[in-house]
Amino acid sequence: MSVELDVFVGNTTIMDEEVYQLWLDGYTVNDAVKVRMEGGVMDECEASKDVLLSDTMDQYRTFQMCERLLHSPAKLANQLLFQIPPHRQIMLIERYYAFDDTFVREVLGKKLSKGTKKDLDDISAKTSVTLKSCRRQFDNFKRVFKVVEELKGPLVENIRQHFLLSDKLARDYAAIVFFANNRFETGKRKLQYLSFQDFAFCAGQLISNWTVGAVDNMVEDMDEHAFQTLPSLRGKTKVFIEMEGSFKNLSRGLINIAAKLTNTKDVRDFFIDLVEKFIEPCRSDRWSAADMKLYLTHYTNSAHILDTFKHQVVWDRYMGVVKSCIFKMYHD
Amino acid sequence: MPGKLKAKIVAGRHLPVMDRASDLTDAFVEVKFGNTTFKTDVCPKSLNPQWNSEWFKFEVDDEDLQDEPLQITVLDHDTYSANDAIGKVYIDIDPLLYSEAASVISGWFPIYDTIHGIRGEINVIVKVELFNDLNRFRQSSCGVKFFCTTCIPQCYRATLVHGFVEELVVNEDPEYQWIDRIRTPRASNEARQRLISLMSGELQRKIGLKVLEMGGNAVVGYLQCFDLEGESGLVVRAIGTACTLDKLSSGSAPNTNTHMHPNTAPASNACNSPSKDGKESPLAHGCRSTHNSPVHSVCSSQRLSQNFSVSVPTLIFTGMGSGGSAGKEAGPLRTLLRQQTQTALEQRGASSSGLLLNAREFPFFTLTSFPPGFLLHVGGVVSARSVKLLDRIHNPALGNTRSYKLLDWNSVTADEPETRDAWWEEIRQEIKSHARALGCHAVVGYSESTSICEEVCILSASGTAAILNPRYMREGCLDIGCTDHRFEEPSPPNCGFCHIPYDELNMPFPAQLTYCYHCRRQKVPDVLFTTIDLPSEAAVAGKGCLIQARLCRLKKKAQGEANATAISNLLPFMEYELHTQLMNKLKLRSMNALFGLHIQISVGENMLLGLASATGVYLTALPAPGGIQIAGKTPGDLSSEHISSIQKRINDTIAVNKELYQINPPELAEEGVGSPIPEPRHRSRLFRSHSESSDELSELDLSHGKKDAFVLEIDDTDAVEDIHSLLIDAPPPTGFYSCNTENMPGISNWTSGVQMFTSVRVLRLSNANLTNQGLNKIFTDLCENLLKSFYFKLRSMIPCCLCHLNFTVAVPEEELIQVTVTAVAMTYDKEQTQEKTAEKPINKGSLEAEEQLQFPLELCADSSSSNIQTASKISGVGESTNMSPRVSSLERCSPLQEGRSRSLRSSRSFGGSSVTVVKMTPLSFLPGTRIIKYLGIINMFFIRETTSLREEGGVSGFLHSFIAEVFAMVRAHVAALGGNAVVSYSMKECVFMENPNKNQAQCLINVSGDAVICISETDQESSASTANTGQTGGSETDGAT
Repeated sequence: MSVELDVFVGNTTIMDEEVYQLWLDGYTVNDAVKVRMEGGVMDECEASKDVLLSDTMDQYRTFQMCERLLHSPAKLANQLLFQIPPHRQIMLIERYYAFDDTFVREVLGKKLSKGTKKDLDDISAKTSVTLKSCRRQFDNFKRVFKVVEELKGPLVENIRQHFLLSDKLARDYAAIVFFANNRFETGKRKLQYLSFQDFAFCAGQLISNWTVGAVDNMVEDMDEHAFQTLPSLRGKTKVFIEMEGSFKNLSRGLINIAAKLTNTKDVRDFFIDLVEKFIEPCRSDRWSAADMKLYLTHYTNSAHILDTFKHQVVWDRYMGVVKSCIFKMYHD
Repeated sequence: MPGKLKAKIVAGRHLPVMDRASDLTDAFVEVKFGNTTFKTDVCPKSLNPQWNSEWFKFEVDDEDLQDEPLQITVLDHDTYSANDAIGKVYIDIDPLLYSEAASVISGWFPIYDTIHGIRGEINVIVKVELFNDLNRFRQSSCGVKFFCTTCIPQCYRATLVHGFVEELVVNEDPEYQWIDRIRTPRASNEARQRLISLMSGELQRKIGLKVLEMGGNAVVGYLQCFDLEGESGLVVRAIGTACTLDKLSSGSAPNTNTHMHPNTAPASNACNSPSKDGKESPLAHGCRSTHNSPVHSVCSSQRLSQNFSVSVPTLIFTGMGSGGSAGKEAGPLRTLLRQQTQTALEQRGASSSGLLLNAREFPFFTLTSFPPGFLLHVGGVVSARSVKLLDRIHNPALGNTRSYKLLDWNSVTADEPETRDAWWEEIRQEIKSHARALGCHAVVGYSESTSICEEVCILSASGTAAILNPRYMREGCLDIGCTDHRFEEPSPPNCGFCHIPYDELNMPFPAQLTYCYHCRRQKVPDVLFTTIDLPSEAAVAGKGCLIQARLCRLKKKAQGEANATAISNLLPFMEYELHTQLMNKLKLRSMNALFGLHIQISVGENMLLGLASATGVYLTALPAPGGIQIAGKTPGDLSSEHISSIQKRINDTIAVNKELYQINPPELAEEGVGSPIPEPRHRSRLFRSHSESSDELSELDLSHGKKDAFVLEIDDTDAVEDIHSLLIDAPPPTGFYSCNTENMPGISNWTSGVQMFTSVRVLRLSNANLTNQGLNKIFTDLCENLLKSFYFKLRSMIPCCLCHLNFTVAVPEEELIQVTVTAVAMTYDKEQTQEKTAEKPINKGSLEAEEQLQFPLELCADSSSSNIQTASKISGVGESTNMSPRVSSLERCSPLQEGRSRSLRSSRSFGGSSVTVVKMTPLSFLPGTRIIKYLGIINMFFIRETTSLREEGGVSGFLHSFIAEVFAMVRAHVAALGGNAVVSYSMKECVFMENPNKNQAQCLINVSGDAVICISETDQESSASTANTGQTGGSETDGAT
């Protein structure tokens, strides 16, 4: 005796958020049933294991059928197959596009290519995020990347409108896309201590201050013209640096980073440069975060005293971003 | 008279990619009606094409308008090869044919393909212009309204109830024709879908004609079924109740008096309708032909003789406490029943001698709930079954040249309906005679069903014998014989229907009668079984609950007549056992009445399945049920400890159930209770159940299981099993109630949460050597587990009630059992104590009920003086209730209504979301809302087939998406009609076949319901005003997205 077929379809599609999460996390039906049993849901309605299994299967099927729609969330609102209340739709989309920080940290800055996808099992093993979930997250990144790649206009807004995501999630995706597009180096050992949120913050700064708005041609957008003027600073800085050696080095480092921004290849090393040229020296000198803040503020402002310095605006734009990135990145 | 059908193809969206190279589609649309086809331009390289076509105009007869669906095919243009079909949309334009319903069909329809399912959507606008208003209903039956709802629809009132209408049409099943071997599955499925759509349309038109002939304007409780007889063909049949309905609005009220005069209306109709089918003379009004085959009045007996048929003796499920059977052997049981039938027939013959014209009339009503005062007395359930052998169609005139498309009905076919008609007529006669045996002149809550396995077909019909108030009937619709005296004494509304309609000295079966616990003037039975809904005015104690009896019986595999005989021999036993189970379970819950009883017997190759569902309730007018007592047949057989432990469990269960369902009947003063009437007959000891009369009814509450109790004998291990299985039924978890009727007894304060669902489960019996007991257990567990699943899934809705739980069982293959359930979960306000919320719905219910059936006194005055006399004779109570609600109905019918509904009509697209939320419910109402307009009947038939079963997620995945697709298509059609809900929704058919080895599966689903516009009861003004976006504007914004 075996159940050959078992379905339950509601006019309003029934979805349990807990089961949805388990599905997203890549649990198999049986594992999900186990988790739910441990969660004590059985006591709620005198349910048995069979009931739970049947319910879980139904929901998994529903989610699988919805998945196609979730790939282009705008469709979810005007499709006819499932009657889902709007707040539920938002939940479905938001959760589907949610990702694990640990996972995204691994692929951040990598090319969203088939090759990377093949390595997902390693990442899965490393991050203990299930392979299924890794694939979903990776495909999400790729999908968002593909769509916004061809769009003009502000990156975050594009993502939010096309994927109906919350502001926070749209910003995170913008960061991921930005990193992937510029192939920023984030995998070096020295950068391991940085979390995704650190990078996301920096990306946000970079996007809003150094890009014209669109994603494409991002490097050019990083205002090449402005940065080309920065090398000319190199000579002049000596004048206002009247500090000790370490300060000199730090200053030189910052200026060099700025100079490198004109070169696409070198842009990749932006973060590693920041860490190597600035953060590590400071850390070895045991600067506190407050010291750091004080230094950078004064350093930025001192440029204004220099009357020979003609690039005040560019300088502020550069230093504003660098400053906030360093603040964010200066931790253990 | 001709009409002009206009269709416009606006746009498509979400189309599938048909051209792999470009990832795009070059779509165009074919619009077909009858034999005329139009095409749109090709919209190249787009998945969201904008055609914005001209209006395609079809000039057609309204007969065709009724029969044919508008067929829209979306194709992908291919320069070098044949164009690929993307999918189709069938639009039933019937709702456009009567003025009160929808005026336009406009919206997004899912494009459906029988192989791939839904593939994108298409935006279509359809309109109909009917010419010549004056005479437009004559040739066809346009204008007759159809309702699936089994009560008088909200916002209508019935001025007259004309009675039973039935019809059936037959054709060959395209699936079984020679051509099917050479065409693709898609072509075959589409031929079938189209044929069934045509047959449904034709059936509806023919029923409509009958209604017009009777002088009615509507069919309520319309029940259409398909019999897929396989090789022998396809039968579409329908039954319903013809009524004259009035829209509740101030304008229409005066018209009815003259127009619907019961004597003149049929006559005038007869003049106008040239009765093209050559039906019986309309002069015999009040009498209706049951011959629906137009051409053949040839004697059907010859045909019949070719058919093997067994009429099954039937139990009359009535109020008797102990079943209508006696004796351990089958023989006595059957003879007893045969005798009953015979006497009943004789009685009938005697009483109706003067009413020959009515002899063919069936006083049946498919309604299950009635306005107050309509239902006078209820006798009990009457049912009849018969086993038939389906014969192959050997018609040399047709042969293989028979077109797979629709046949010309007026020429060659029609041989078959004659036979099928005769079959049903037999059954109906039997039902009628059963009803007479119970002293009743009518059958209410009537329904018919079939179960087919290979060449064997079980026809079943059941209903509730009742006495109706003749005031509301069309004259001559009922022949009131000896029961007239009943009307002399008005009965109080909250217990009157329980009073026995039959003669207590000449009872058709042994029963235990007492004086009514309410009025103490009339006799009532100790238990009452009915197929109708609980009358709204009935006095109940506590809450109701779903009670099911489940049964499996193995049978030997056999062929032909031997098989049919074997089945018919088994049937009485099954009915008897189902009845016993029901009775035991009822007592176990300390209840004394069953409503909505539905017994389904399903036949398979090697077994029969029986499933009886009903809603148990404690009627305070009936005596308190006794307990159940366990007795060992021979002491020493089983230890007395064992028996006493079982007894204790039973007593505990009863106590728990009383608590659970809050059954605390009002205490009765001892003297007030009429002492039970001494049993007029000697009563023989029964098979397994026994009931004795008692002198101490008032003690019942204190001690069940004394003399008066129901005795269960444990005579063998089977009996022990049975008792265990009784106790297996787990009560629903806290916060849940369940019933299978329209109204949940004891709960009326619904809140707005509504979740309709369909669930299908198929079990494979792997063990070939199963016993009856083992099978019973498996079947019971299957049903119980389904219920448990529902409770679990819907736990977020607590406190909630599962209403209208409709179980359907089938044996699709030898070792498979399929159970299909459709029901609705509704939330309610647990705070029953809150005076306001508790009061309001009750008021609403009664008010509505009164509105539904409001008989202007003028009508009586007009029709005949005798009517007045009857009317005044009947009701001291009735008269006064008559007056007050009438005023209120007029008050409520503001002229605004029409206008409001018009504006609401265009509310399909509002705000950001472009998809209208369409609620669905199997009930006739949606809590917290008022139906302001019925837009027409939804009756859809779909086939889905796959040749990549595994890829679609196996059988469950396949069926899951198919059911979701069916829901989506129903919602889309309702939304396109301008509606926002489907009421009285039901899934009539869900036939699933699989062949996992070939990776194939096929499923057929038939659904029906009433499309309506309903508005929230609280804020109807605001909703009406916010919904003022223009119709076309709305659809255009849709298109733009």
